[in-house]
Amino acid sequence: MLDTYRILASARMRSDLQYRVSFVLFTLSQFTVTILDFVAILILFGAVPALAHWSLREVTFLYGLANLSFGIADLLVSPIETVQQHIQTGTFDRLLLRPASPIVQVIADQFSLRRLGKVAEGALVFGIGCRVAGIHWTTARIALTALSVVTGSVIFSGLWVLTSCVCFWWVEGREAQNALTYGGGFLAQYPLGIYGAWLRRLLAYAVPIAFVNYFPAVYVLDRHDRLGLPAWASFAAPGVALVVVIAAAMAWRVGIRHYRSTGS
Amino acid sequence: MRVYVEVARRSFRRWSTYRAATVAGVFTNSIFGFIRAAALVAVAHARPGAGGLSVKGFITFSVLSQAMLAYVGVFGSTDEIAERVRTGDVVADLYRPADFQLWWLAAFVGRGVFQLVGRGIPILVVGAVVYGLQTPATVGDLGLFLVSLLAALLLGFGVWFLVNVSTFWLFDNRGTKQLVDTVTLFASGLLVPLSLFPHALGHVVRLLPFAGMVQTPAEIFLGVSTGVHALGRIGLQVAWVVALFGIGRYALSRATRRVVIQGG
Repeated sequence: MLDTYRILASARMRSDLQYRVSFVLFTLSQFTVTILDFVAILILFGAVPALAHWSLREVTFLYGLANLSFGIADLLVSPIETVQQHIQTGTFDRLLLRPASPIVQVIADQFSLRRLGKVAEGALVFGIGCRVAGIHWTTARIALTALSVVTGSVIFSGLWVLTSCVCFWWVEGREAQNALTYGGGFLAQYPLGIYGAWLRRLLAYAVPIAFVNYFPAVYVLDRHDRLGLPAWASFAAPGVALVVVIAAAMAWRVGIRHYRSTGS
Repeated sequence: MRVYVEVARRSFRRWSTYRAATVAGVFTNSIFGFIRAAALVAVAHARPGAGGLSVKGFITFSVLSQAMLAYVGVFGSTDEIAERVRTGDVVADLYRPADFQLWWLAAFVGRGVFQLVGRGIPILVVGAVVYGLQTPATVGDLGLFLVSLLAALLLGFGVWFLVNVSTFWLFDNRGTKQLVDTVTLFASGLLVPLSLFPHALGHVVRLLPFAGMVQTPAEIFLGVSTGVHALGRIGLQVAWVVALFGIGRYALSRATRRVVIQGG
């Protein structure tokens, strides 16, 4: 399965690199459009010293962790959303007939190195956040921070697959998916405390975005606003990631079984 | 004249066939509106009076800007002219006994009116039900808002047309589109209301055409800008509409002189 991914993705990479200038411009513009969200945060902090009692330095760490995880998921898994076009145009049939995993084919087919622009932005702000947030680094904090990048990417990736499955039933609903994927990535950039109670609960229990960065960051930054959840919530991300992956895999299986070709 | 009305009507009808996609769009825009509202409300709580808006004002600004997004045609508006330049179909448009720019203006307006009715108004209704929104204080304010809203659509067209016409030179306008989308996101007030920008930067950005796409109509709606001040802002919008239209016309005449149709 990984072999298929590697072969297909490197073919895409070679074709991307054929148009050097276009590639560089695209990567740069991905970086720029992503960093605008951080510029927005800087502008807000120009007006106020803290958001939900989080300082700019702390938000920088929180934001960096969110965007690095999101960027990695975007690079490696986000093309799964093109399954909608495959279903709509009927090309999904072709993928099913090939002796390779359809999910890998869909993802690798639209792999694009340009998305590294987003990863670079996340990594940059994350790096700055790690330095300026005044973190009292211990082995546990370093380990949790590193682990959080992985679990965060997995949670976002799982959500991408899960929400893509919607189009097996509702093929025109593609844009609604953005609310959970891009919307989730956007939500995670701010401390949870700014959201109303119902949205916070939704993020902690239903769409587990809070486990991507907020709960780990609360521990790493030595804060205490866990919003009513016990201390172990800061370490629960691996379990949450596992649940999301299992849910995504099940949804995909059920979706494929439910799939009927459009026949055109 | 009749032909343009007919083009606009057809364009409206064509867009209105994407019902499910419109529902999905309303959902996604509403979610993004709520997230942006949450961040701005946190600012308003931390420093009442920041940016010249109340808590309710900020919420209304966020929802209204999301409601206008598709109408103005910033993101996700299909670059139809660009597509037709690539395929060579544009030759049929150039042969028509109708003005090329006005023809596409009519199509853009028809699309915009649908996005306003089918997408913008439902987003406002959702926002009003969930939060309760601020409304224009007087009938006069409402009237000025509607004029400004129309100007915003024409500004959207001016920018969209230039992005499309760039295809005559570049063959691939995706780079231009992404660049312009990025600038628009930042300079229109969609990312953060311009009234929260650092003073000098805010002043400069307000002089650009992008401010007229979101910030100007929103401020008139909220009663931040009224009477003579509002008329001045609308005047600036109109000046940019005329300028962009002229630039578009000039660019088109240069483009058609050097156009080589890609046969196929």
